[in-house]
Amino acid sequence: MEVITRGAVIPEPGNSVENKTGTWRVFKPIIHYEKCIRCLICWQFCPEPAILLYEDEETKKKTPAPKEPLKRLPVVEIDYDYCKGCGICYNECPVNAIEFVKEEK
Amino acid sequence: MNYEKEEFFAPGHGLCAGCAAPIIVRWILKLAGPNTIVTNATGCLEVATTAYPRTSWRVPWIHVAFENAAAVASGIDAALKAKGEKVNIIAFGGDGGTVDIGMQALSGMVERGHNVLYVLYDNEAYMNTGIQRSGATPWGAWTTTSKVGSANPIGKLRPKKPIAKIIAAHDAPYVATANPAFFNDFKKKVKKALSIEGPKFLHVLSSCTTGWRHDPSKTIEILRLATETGLFPLYEIENGDFENMRITYKPKKFKPVEEYLKPQGRFRHLFKNPEYIKKLQKDVDEWWAKYGKYYRP
Amino acid sequence: MKVMIRGNESIAYAFKLARVQVVPAYPITPSTLVPEKISELIANGEMKAEFVPVESEHSAMSAAIGASAKGVRVGTATASQGLALMHEVLFIASGMRLPIVMGIGNRALSAPINIWCDHQDMMSQRDTGWMQFYAESNQEGLDLGIMAFKIAEDERVLLPAMVGIDAFVLTHTVEPVELPEQKDVDDFLGEFVPHYVTLDPQNPATLGSFGFPEHFMEFKYGQWIAMERAKKVIDEVFEEFEERFGRKYMKVYPEFVEDAEIILVTMGSMTSTTREFVRRLREQGKKVGLVKLTVFRPFPKEELREILKNAKVVAVVERNISFGFGGAVYAELSSTFSRMKEKPKIVDFIVGLGGRDITFNTLNSVVEIAEKAMHEEVDEVNWIDVNKEAVLKAEGLL
Repeated sequence: MEVITRGAVIPEPGNSVENKTGTWRVFKPIIHYEKCIRCLICWQFCPEPAILLYEDEETKKKTPAPKEPLKRLPVVEIDYDYCKGCGICYNECPVNAIEFVKEEK
Repeated sequence: MNYEKEEFFAPGHGLCAGCAAPIIVRWILKLAGPNTIVTNATGCLEVATTAYPRTSWRVPWIHVAFENAAAVASGIDAALKAKGEKVNIIAFGGDGGTVDIGMQALSGMVERGHNVLYVLYDNEAYMNTGIQRSGATPWGAWTTTSKVGSANPIGKLRPKKPIAKIIAAHDAPYVATANPAFFNDFKKKVKKALSIEGPKFLHVLSSCTTGWRHDPSKTIEILRLATETGLFPLYEIENGDFENMRITYKPKKFKPVEEYLKPQGRFRHLFKNPEYIKKLQKDVDEWWAKYGKYYRP
Repeated sequence: MKVMIRGNESIAYAFKLARVQVVPAYPITPSTLVPEKISELIANGEMKAEFVPVESEHSAMSAAIGASAKGVRVGTATASQGLALMHEVLFIASGMRLPIVMGIGNRALSAPINIWCDHQDMMSQRDTGWMQFYAESNQEGLDLGIMAFKIAEDERVLLPAMVGIDAFVLTHTVEPVELPEQKDVDDFLGEFVPHYVTLDPQNPATLGSFGFPEHFMEFKYGQWIAMERAKKVIDEVFEEFEERFGRKYMKVYPEFVEDAEIILVTMGSMTSTTREFVRRLREQGKKVGLVKLTVFRPFPKEELREILKNAKVVAVVERNISFGFGGAVYAELSSTFSRMKEKPKIVDFIVGLGGRDITFNTLNSVVEIAEKAMHEEVDEVNWIDVNKEAVLKAEGLL
């Protein structure tokens, strides 16, 4: 994209991905997959969105789960490039699978 | 087509950590899909998502000014008709841009019957300019223009403007209140609104961590309490038919209003006088005594 | 085809012939007949367009911006208070580089409320980034209305334009107008192709973004460049129009100026009265000339310098006032000559506010002062046909 466009138009959809808002983080959510029941509530409520959904068999299978059948379900991963550390995922997780720890810089 | 797994709202925006607005927007866009044009009133959502040269929007998006998102949407609707195109038009406005300065344009848009879904994300004050009271600020809330002091221990002295009822009184095809914490109800209403031809209005409660003064992680929890206490009831009104208004959720056991007020700094002063809490509880009880019969699950 | 129509109908027919696709408009005296006529043409099936009967002028311009951003040709009309109410959004239309065309029934601004002609409404919008054209007749209203689209939509320009027609004198007065054939206008304008980024789900773009100090000035500089480039585009379009339709337009239209010692500068319908007045003075052997300013934005500095440089006195006859300085045209014309060594004495005449008639008597008073100015000092700003004594009493000065 040129430095200046006519009328301040931004022709590149979603190019805010260039802003790595992960630098804002003070607290950091960490998913403990051995507890995660893959309910997707954290994905549902992430305001960035910085929780990515993986549906490919490889990721689903290789990610640990409390019970083997859960590995059939899509799994999430936190994208720390964008996670601002609001903690909604940690607060809403129904099985306390997300830990919220002070960010180490 | 189901686009729920796609993201039409990109990360990297500048909205505060824990802001509810992007959760609402993300999901409305997922449910509407890519064949959508968004018009946005001036406000946090607009400012924090389109700082040139970067945008968080992956659908066509336009901002013109504060009070005219509905009028801009009307013009887009006319242009689509002139071109014979079918595209969803969604207008997003905060409470200031909707219930105050944008009220006239919204009323005109609904009266003229434009095929637009107008979404009010209501964080109950002018948050973008720094927490000033709006017509949607509730009774008893502290804001920077409804300050609390010895001569006014309450804060805002007037109740919220009943915007959903006002728009419903235009006989709009579809008006609903929604809360992202009641996710399925929220989704159902968005889908229903998108399926209806003509003007649709969604009043969605949206917490603001900065203005409501709560821990960012509590956003959904507090929004849930707004409805669990009965303070923010979820209902829908079709074609201005108030008699057949439908409350879509009723708590099995209402939580006391304190549970909603306590975690929010903007209500802290109310706890100095039990009468204030009692007044708010009475308001809620009266509302449900009057309208509770419309609960039709 | 020759038709007898009112000025408002000139604007409506210009929209029809330009195949405008969306017309958002709100009624206001004296331009109400524009939306009325559009509504009629659509109802009769003579025009295919979406009319949006908005609830305010602010919404009219907002809807115009929305529609234009979607990529259709948009026209609207308003006047006076309505234009003032649009003020905020006018900047946005030009800042977003949308080629909207708007007819203005030039009318005074309150208070006191007054529905008659002057140019205060458009002059008050001169810094909004819109091109401004002023019509002398209903024919000019129609022609400028059509040409405004071609100029505004030109890839080198992309700026909105307003075409002023004087309240009542033109808006409500029936005049013979040559109505061009649809085919000829189609050939002249070509099919509407937006030369700008539109709201298109196939190519999702963000329009109306938030500009920080590091970019904002560049966007404004772009508008500045566009307005400068519009000067040449206007000339080209005027020339092409003359070739096709046989009617001549110039940004600055001079008459009787070659040896003129005094030149009167006018805008809009007062030009017709002034032309006849000047013709009679010429018969008496007086060296008086006339310059009609058809384009006020971009301000045609170059042409004005060239045409007026040899005059002894330039009398700016204008229907607007900027309190605390003088007339807007006077101010700009004075600046236009500020760098020239040889320059005429420029004198300002405030006339015809709020629909006061501009008669030969008015113009006599103007020329008398202008003649005096040839050899002695006169006031910079002269209010003509005003009961000054009554005002001085009211202000406690007499």
